[in-house]
Amino acid sequence: MEVPILKQGDILIATVQAALADSDLLQLRRALVERVVKARARGIIIDLTAMDVMDSFASRTMREMAHMIRLRGAETVIVGIQPDVAFAMVQLGLSMGGVTTALDLEEGLAYLHRKFTKTS
Amino acid sequence: MTERHMSLEPVLESVPLSSARPQGKSVAGLLQELVAHLRQQRTQLREEWASRITEAQLLTAMTKEEIFAEATSVYDNYVEALATGTFEALQAYSHNLSERIIPRGVETHEVVGIVLLLRDVLARSLFSKYQADFTKLDRILDAYEPAANRIANTVAVGFVQERERVIRQQQEAIRELSTPVLQVRERLLILPIIGVIDPQRARQLTEQLLRGIRTNRAKVVVIDITGVAAMDASVANHLVQTVEASRLLGATVIVTGLSPEIAQTLVNIGVDLGKMNTVGDLQGGIEHAERLLGYKVMLLAEAN
Repeated sequence: MEVPILKQGDILIATVQAALADSDLLQLRRALVERVVKARARGIIIDLTAMDVMDSFASRTMREMAHMIRLRGAETVIVGIQPDVAFAMVQLGLSMGGVTTALDLEEGLAYLHRKFTKTS
Repeated sequence: MTERHMSLEPVLESVPLSSARPQGKSVAGLLQELVAHLRQQRTQLREEWASRITEAQLLTAMTKEEIFAEATSVYDNYVEALATGTFEALQAYSHNLSERIIPRGVETHEVVGIVLLLRDVLARSLFSKYQADFTKLDRILDAYEPAANRIANTVAVGFVQERERVIRQQQEAIRELSTPVLQVRERLLILPIIGVIDPQRARQLTEQLLRGIRTNRAKVVVIDITGVAAMDASVANHLVQTVEASRLLGATVIVTGLSPEIAQTLVNIGVDLGKMNTVGDLQGGIEHAERLLGYKVMLLAEAN
C-alpha cells in the first residue's frame, strides 16, 4: 500500500493510512529520502493519526528515516501518535530516539515554521 | 400432556414422573394448581407477609407504603415465576428492585430474609389447604420446594450482583476524581497527585493524562507529586513511562515536589535523569513551564 505524500511549500507531508507492512515502511522510507531533495523540502511531516499499532520494526524504521532525511538536509517531525499507541510503545520500551514529535499536523507545521524562521 | 419438568432445575429429576403415582397429575399440573391457590389468596398472604417483615424488623429503611408496594410486586413476580417455570423475568425484576432499594440502604440479609419469609408464608398456606390429603400435600410440596429454592436464589443473587455493580461504579468514580487533569493556561496542564499510587492508579493516571494532552492540545504538563510520600520502583517506572509517552504526543513533562525519599528511590532504580525534567516545587515548575511556552509574568502594581 503506498502512502500518499503531499507537498505544502517546502514541507512534505506523508499521511499513513493504516497499519503498514514492513515492506510498505521501507518503501515509504525510500520514497521520502528520494523526494526530499527533488522537492527541495526543508521539512518532512509523518502523520501517524490513523496508525493503531506500532511495533519495533516500525519505530526503528521511522528513526532511521529521520536520520537519513537529516543527512539530506531536512528536519522530520512525527505527528499524530494516538494515546493508546504511545502508552503501548513506552511499555514495550520502544522510543522515537531523538526524533521530534508533535501532537498533530497543525502543531507539526507550526514547529517547522518556527524552526525555519529562526535558521533563515 | 407434555412434561413441564424440563423447564425447571435438574433437581426435579429426582421427582418420580406422574406415571409412577396413583393420582394422575404431573408436576406441572400441580404447580398450576398451587399457583391458582396463591393468586386467589393473594390479598391475605401478602398482608401476612408484610406484617411478618415488620415483625422481623426488616426493611426498616422503608416506609409502610413502600414496603407494601414492593411486597405486591415481589409477590406477583414470585407467583409468576412459579407459574411459568422461567426465571429471566424474575432476574430482571430482581436487578430492577435492587437498583431501587440499594440507595435506600437496604442490606443483603434483609433481601434474603424477606424472600425466605415469603417462601415460608406460602408454604404454610399450602400446608393448611392440603393438610387433609397427606399424599397430595407431599406431592404439592415436592413441586413447590425446588421452584421456591430457585426463586430465593435468583432474587438474592440478583441483589448481590447489583450491589457489586454499584461498588465497581463508585470505585471508578473515586479513581477518576482523585486524579484531575487541570488546564491552568493555554497549552499548560497540571496533574496534582495526592496520596498513595499503586500500579493500577498509575496506569489510570497515564491514560487520563494522555487523553488530556490530546483534548487540551497541551505542550507542557506539570506533574506535582508533593502529596505523594513514597513510591516503589514499579510506580517510579510508570512515572518515567508517562513522561516518555507524553513526549510522543509532543508534550514536555515537568515533575515537581519530589520528596527526599522519592528522590532516593529514583536514584536507586537508576532512572535516566536525562529523561526527567524536575523542579523542586510546584511554583517553580509552573514558572518554568510558562517560560517554555513563551509567557512572561510581570507585576504591574501591588494589590491593595
